[in-house]
Amino acid sequence: MPENQNFNPEDGLPISKVRAGKVSKYKIEHFVAPLDETPLQAVDSVKETGKPLSMWAEAWRSLRKQPLFIISAILILAVIVVAAFPQLFSSQDPTYCVLENSNEPGREGHIMGFNLQGCDIYARVIYGTRASLLVGIFTTLIVVVVGGAIGALAGFYGGWIDAVLARLGDIFFALPLILGAIIVMQLPAFRDNRSVWTVIVTLAIFGWPQLARITRGAVIEARDADYVKASRALGLSRFRSLVKHVIPNSLAPIIVVATVNLGVYIVAEATLSFLGVGLPSNVMSWGNDISLAQTQLRNNPTMLMWPALFLSVTVLSFIMLGDAVRDALDPKARKGA
Amino acid sequence: MTETATPKPLLEIKDLAITFSTPDGPVHAVRDANFTVMPGETVAIVGESGSGKSTSALAAIGLLAGNGSVSSGQILFDGEDIAHASEKRFVELRGNHIGMVPQDPMSNLNPVWKIGFQVKETLKANGLAGDNPKERVAQILADAGLPNPEVRAGQYPHEFSGGMRQRALIAIGLACRPRLLIADEPTSALDVTVQQQILDHLDTMTSELGTAVLLITHDLGLAAERAEKVVVMYKGRVVEYGPALDILRNPQHPYTKRLISSAPSLSAQRGDKHEAIVDEIVPGKAEPLLKVKNLTKIYDIRKGFGKKEKFTAVDNVSFEIPKGTTTAVVGESGSGKSTIAQMVLNLLDKTEGEIVFDGEQIGNLSEKNLFKYRRRVQPIFQDPYGSLDPMFSIYRTIEEPLRIHGIGNAASRQKKVKELLEQVSMPASTMHRFPNELSGGQRQRIAIARALALQPEMIVCDEAVSALDVLVQAQVLELLDELQREMGLTYLFITHDLAVVRQIADNVCVMEHGKIVEQGTADEIFDAPKSAYTRNLLGAIPGASLI
Amino acid sequence: MLSFMLKRIAQLIPVFLGATLLVYFLVFATPGNPIDALSGGKPMSDATRAALEAQYNLDKPFWVQYGLYLKNLVTFDLGTSFSGQEVSALLGRAFPVTARLAILALLIEGIFGIIFGVIAGMRKGKWFDSTILIASLIVIAVPTFVLGFVLQFVVGVKLEWAKPTVSGAATWGELFLPALVLGLVSLAYVVRLTRTSVIENKSADFVRTATAKGLSRNRVVTVHILRNSLIPVVTFLGADLGSLMGGAIVTEGIFNVPGVGHLLYQAIQKGETPTVVAIVGVLVIVFVLANLIVDMLYALLDPRIRYA
Repeated sequence: MPENQNFNPEDGLPISKVRAGKVSKYKIEHFVAPLDETPLQAVDSVKETGKPLSMWAEAWRSLRKQPLFIISAILILAVIVVAAFPQLFSSQDPTYCVLENSNEPGREGHIMGFNLQGCDIYARVIYGTRASLLVGIFTTLIVVVVGGAIGALAGFYGGWIDAVLARLGDIFFALPLILGAIIVMQLPAFRDNRSVWTVIVTLAIFGWPQLARITRGAVIEARDADYVKASRALGLSRFRSLVKHVIPNSLAPIIVVATVNLGVYIVAEATLSFLGVGLPSNVMSWGNDISLAQTQLRNNPTMLMWPALFLSVTVLSFIMLGDAVRDALDPKARKGA
Repeated sequence: MTETATPKPLLEIKDLAITFSTPDGPVHAVRDANFTVMPGETVAIVGESGSGKSTSALAAIGLLAGNGSVSSGQILFDGEDIAHASEKRFVELRGNHIGMVPQDPMSNLNPVWKIGFQVKETLKANGLAGDNPKERVAQILADAGLPNPEVRAGQYPHEFSGGMRQRALIAIGLACRPRLLIADEPTSALDVTVQQQILDHLDTMTSELGTAVLLITHDLGLAAERAEKVVVMYKGRVVEYGPALDILRNPQHPYTKRLISSAPSLSAQRGDKHEAIVDEIVPGKAEPLLKVKNLTKIYDIRKGFGKKEKFTAVDNVSFEIPKGTTTAVVGESGSGKSTIAQMVLNLLDKTEGEIVFDGEQIGNLSEKNLFKYRRRVQPIFQDPYGSLDPMFSIYRTIEEPLRIHGIGNAASRQKKVKELLEQVSMPASTMHRFPNELSGGQRQRIAIARALALQPEMIVCDEAVSALDVLVQAQVLELLDELQREMGLTYLFITHDLAVVRQIADNVCVMEHGKIVEQGTADEIFDAPKSAYTRNLLGAIPGASLI
Repeated sequence: MLSFMLKRIAQLIPVFLGATLLVYFLVFATPGNPIDALSGGKPMSDATRAALEAQYNLDKPFWVQYGLYLKNLVTFDLGTSFSGQEVSALLGRAFPVTARLAILALLIEGIFGIIFGVIAGMRKGKWFDSTILIASLIVIAVPTFVLGFVLQFVVGVKLEWAKPTVSGAATWGELFLPALVLGLVSLAYVVRLTRTSVIENKSADFVRTATAKGLSRNRVVTVHILRNSLIPVVTFLGADLGSLMGGAIVTEGIFNVPGVGHLLYQAIQKGETPTVVAIVGVLVIVFVLANLIVDMLYALLDPRIRYA
């Protein structure tokens, strides 16, 4: 019962002293604005002009204009072309190594010089693109599919499924990426069959928990939305509403993280190769080249510098892309009306 | 009414224009605004969203968003023009000359600091902490109506209820005894009875302290009740101002007239009521379309260390809805009304009781029959920004039910979508658009179109108009009324707003804490309420006593 | 608060068990003779083979093996390396060094990361902010070992501001450069996280209310914006310990720091799988404990969590 209510003893209905309205001590004029300055408009009219714009179309529009996006997109395209068609960029056979050329500096026809074994650095860098890019792309794909599925199921169904899957993720999380990869690469099955694919699988094993966590968070946010309830009320089964409504609305953070992680996986491969547990030495990759170059740092720093530069620029462009995409999809920027 | 010589106004807004610079160009949020606030008096600024009411008031305390600025005009506080004052000057003025009570109690208190700390901060910043700040803080909290202030001062915001948080915010706003208090929709987020208590209390405090109040609200009834002067704003301009009661009883500008005719609380008093489409509801004759008997929902709440507590959200509720009528279930937050809606829609399992739709029990329907049931009962939810999938075009959204139930082919579905859009008064071209391009009211109309797609017999409106502006709300209610006439629909209307109920309902159930405290026809409830709770609710409707 | 702590500990126990089980399983239960895994593919005599089998209890069923492994792990009975030294003794010498390195790295990334992040966030869009954004991207993109080499070369050899390698004593001063390298990538993450947090909180409602109270700008920034922005940053710093442990291998290798990472690296090179497994097991314990501490800190900073 509100504290400052008195009750009329006759009919028991409350009297409110304060609510009879107020009258001012001063004279207040009654002002009305001229109608031509303040015309009435129709209530809530629909805008009929302009092209329809879905959320993705809006994001694309703002993305297109950002310099960060343009630069990174160009770089990434360039890297992909180099990885796919290295022959177009270097006529030199990267495995053709002449010991006499060992540690020779750059000269006509071989602008980056030679490494310790006398192999052309430029050619190795060009041909090494493919391995690094493959690792990045496929690890990301596997992580998105596996991590995304696990995260979506955990987030959507909740309960014990969530508890189990979350603990599972925590367990894999407890082993940091590099450490876990080191252990796995020690196993005979992996050690004796080192290839691009073993590295991909190894990185994916320890990479999925992060994406699962992000997906889980996004799914939990989306599943309580009214439009999901509405679709259930329309007769859609729980699973189908997950697929048709919840997942498409959870994609934004997944895309951002996946793009950045692509770069991270390329660095991880390089680190593993550097430690000697990554790609086998017969596979050309930037990581391997850097690893080989460490002993020569004092004499021939360019041997390390060029692959490192290519690696860094490639990774940088993926991370920049992730940043640009995140800004374009920022919900605060695109919240409607 | 005696006329006294007019002293100097405390706050004078002269030809004020405020512009925001956005990536799409400058936005003129406020243009040529003029009004004054006299010392000790309350002035209410009324308008819908986008009218510029909050913007004008925030400019007076220097809290415009980063990209906003006063492009012309003056803001005279006690004769001094502060429109372009330095930040240093504003820091001096804030707190002890001009105070603020913001709108949303949850987001406006820092969650990581205790309430007492946040009050003490204000005192210290304005040099009023004195020798014994703890005592002073407790005093201030007690003045604002918080019981046990010493204990409360040591608690965190998330431990308070909504009403208590708002009181804490009022305490903070008035702590340093400012001459002017800007109250930005201080009670919009609260239940109507709590709203009444808090506004009463605010009234008492400000009249004791002699504080002038600039009250911002969208509710004309509330404005007229609590203020001496009302300023009406529309699309950034002041369209009318004058003595509160005069504005209410004698509006001049067409916009003000529109507001008054659409505001539910005011129209309710005028006796505009819902005309039943069924001229005579002969009791006992026709079988009701929906019959709810002894419906109960009990939740298990986990309380740490494996202990569980039972929470009864809905307690033994029974009511009936005859075909072609509207039954409103009214209650404040936590009354259980939304839970009932969810159970009727079979989105939530009931603990006990029966729900009978057209003679069939819907508790234990098979998958197939549940699917058929869904065609006959459809929902419209509260939040227009959440009820449409942002990824789906409008066409896909409205078409989805048809697709799920396998009705027609692509061509006939397109035709149907066009028809539905027409029924809700939206142009056919809307179907290519996406939700982010529509306003709240427009989205709600799409939600109605979607609900109608399967030609249901009953629609459950769960606070369907509560998030809409007054004029838009009136439009949507009119639409719902029309549709009911044309199609013979039955509505279960859930709402917290008793005033809206008068306009649309044939029968009313009033709920409190999970139980029905009173039910009857709308006339019975409004003209002769029996329970004290209903009388409280009716009495709390702002503007009720004035017309 | 107590119930929250107990709940978290209860949740971390299965994680610890699971992680150690995973490690053990990967090595000892996957296809391929476990002894071959242990030997690193090198040939060995039957006597050695029998000794190894007994040592790792390979003659017993899997769960008993795992149980014994756990027991040994917790009592620090970590076996002997191929060179005959007690692994626990080796760890005992190496651990304090890595601990110093990691703490230094954490301090560098924490202090500088937060300071730069706050400045960048408060001055969003201005030149400092843009510079920080680009710099952080570059730091994240360049692999740690490259940064390590470059800094070692430039600072240690060319400029001679610091010793290029660390001596056996591994004093705090000597460890500064390696710690900087180790923490650099994380520094970039901390700066960005702090920046985002500050930007978000800057426009929060309660900050506006705090300003409306008449508080000075400084006070609003420190007491309200900063305090609330720290919460996600602290969580990140704690979780970062894991990546520090991974990065330490590389950094210790480059700068010759006689720490756990170096030990691990050498064991990998020599193919001494049992040593590798033992060390990683200890590291997992450390990581789980660090997580627990971070959770406690989080509850301390955010009162809403204490009642969850």
